[in-house]
Amino acid sequence: MELGQHAGFIVAAYVAALVVLVLLALWVIVDHRLQRQAIAKLEAQGITRRSARATEDAR
Amino acid sequence: MIAPLRAVFLRDLRIAFRVGGGAGIGVVFFLALVTVIPFAVGPDLPLLARIGPAVLWIGALLASLLGLDRIFSADHEDGSLDVMLLAPAPLELIAAAKGAAHWVATGLPLVIAAPLLGLLLGLEPALLGAITLTLLLGTPALTFLGLVGAALAVALPRGGLLVAVLILPLTIPVLIFGVAATVGAAGGPVPFDMPLRLVGALSLVTFVIGPVAAAAAIRNIRD
Amino acid sequence: MAFYELANPHRFMTLARWLVPVCAAAAVALLAIGLVLGFRAPADYQQGETVRIMYIHVPAAWLGLGIYTLMAIAALGTLVWRHPLADVAAKAAAPIGAGFTLICLLTGALWGRPMWGAYWVWDARLTSMLVLFLLYLGILALWRAIEEPGQAGRAVAILTLVGLINVPIVKFSVDWWNTLHQPASVFRIDGPTIHPAILTPLLVMALGFAALFLALHLAAMRNEILRRRVRTLRLLAAAEAC
Repeated sequence: MELGQHAGFIVAAYVAALVVLVLLALWVIVDHRLQRQAIAKLEAQGITRRSARATEDAR
Repeated sequence: MIAPLRAVFLRDLRIAFRVGGGAGIGVVFFLALVTVIPFAVGPDLPLLARIGPAVLWIGALLASLLGLDRIFSADHEDGSLDVMLLAPAPLELIAAAKGAAHWVATGLPLVIAAPLLGLLLGLEPALLGAITLTLLLGTPALTFLGLVGAALAVALPRGGLLVAVLILPLTIPVLIFGVAATVGAAGGPVPFDMPLRLVGALSLVTFVIGPVAAAAAIRNIRD
Repeated sequence: MAFYELANPHRFMTLARWLVPVCAAAAVALLAIGLVLGFRAPADYQQGETVRIMYIHVPAAWLGLGIYTLMAIAALGTLVWRHPLADVAAKAAAPIGAGFTLICLLTGALWGRPMWGAYWVWDARLTSMLVLFLLYLGILALWRAIEEPGQAGRAVAILTLVGLINVPIVKFSVDWWNTLHQPASVFRIDGPTIHPAILTPLLVMALGFAALFLALHLAAMRNEILRRRVRTLRLLAAAEAC
């Protein structure tokens, strides 16, 4: 595939777009892990939502 | 209903003109900015004259913005904001009254100082008149847009720069037409009256949008 | 003071769990197809191969604008209809919208350098996108500045709507300003005329980006719901400790 004399710019443009999108995806993934970890830690300490506790009491 | 509005207006004016109130400081900042720019650009008088209208407008913009964050936060801190929420006048009109007071105390001095500072920048007399007129019609827009930013950042301790960041993009149209009107007054392809009218229109529009949005933002903190 | 929990999110979370991977897969497929079609299309006679950049630049611009519109609708959802998930949607959309706008600006600059000799030209469209980017940054800053989620949501909603009113004003003023400063030699700043061979890959790329946005957005909304859950739990813990 020939990109002509301005190949560098075309490649750079696609790379730049890819970098931004990858960073966005990473943000979503890492943030997800962080929140899950925080919830796990809090539930390990015995702190749960009232709704979860209610179902426990009902048992 | 007029009574509380007038009371708010006069109160804000009085506070602004007292020591530490901020009325004079805007003009001083304006002067400082207009002084600093030639040092950076060089004493090239034709160049300064060419960018003169732009420099004056940017100076007015920054001088307006930097004083705005205190409009509501001072009242929030000492509890006056709660009193205003209970007043017989709607919050929107109270916000408008405060905006008007801010403009008289901060914007109007900028307008008066502008022709003098224009001389520093080597603007010709026709342009001096034009820039004063465009600033007169345009600084209200800056104040009323700034009301929105000030209201959004009311409860935040470091609100000042945030307010500027939030409002700056919205003031770009005023800037564009304000400078264009000034340059148009010097002759050339750009007409003078069309951008001038648009500046006036923008001030009228923001006179409505600003207080309404600001009041909504203030009520938001109460929830 | 009641610590309230959004009831709706449960259904949303279950929905998101399968919808996110589906959208992601669709995005990859659409983008792949779009790129293949795009590179098979003929090069523009004036701009040569650099027109390939347009397949990213133009859809990114569409998405930057579209996502802002979405945030504005979410703002109405927050302020007018009090929909519980509206501000979650708005908050999740903001970084993604800023990202697409940034892609538009970066690719625009890299397209501009070979085309017009400068990385940045103050033409009406690029400048309008720059102002849009500034609006996004302001919104992101405001989200960070206010701690309580409900209050932050309403404040950002107000800002978003004020910004929306300004978008046509800014666009008009920038267009007008740009005609003032048009250089003597006029390049085809509008870009190549869009004939079908180029239009199809452009639309496919736009759809692919939209699917990608959907995947990222739903996942980010899920994270935001979790984040608020964490906050509620921590507040509960602090309350019980008293």
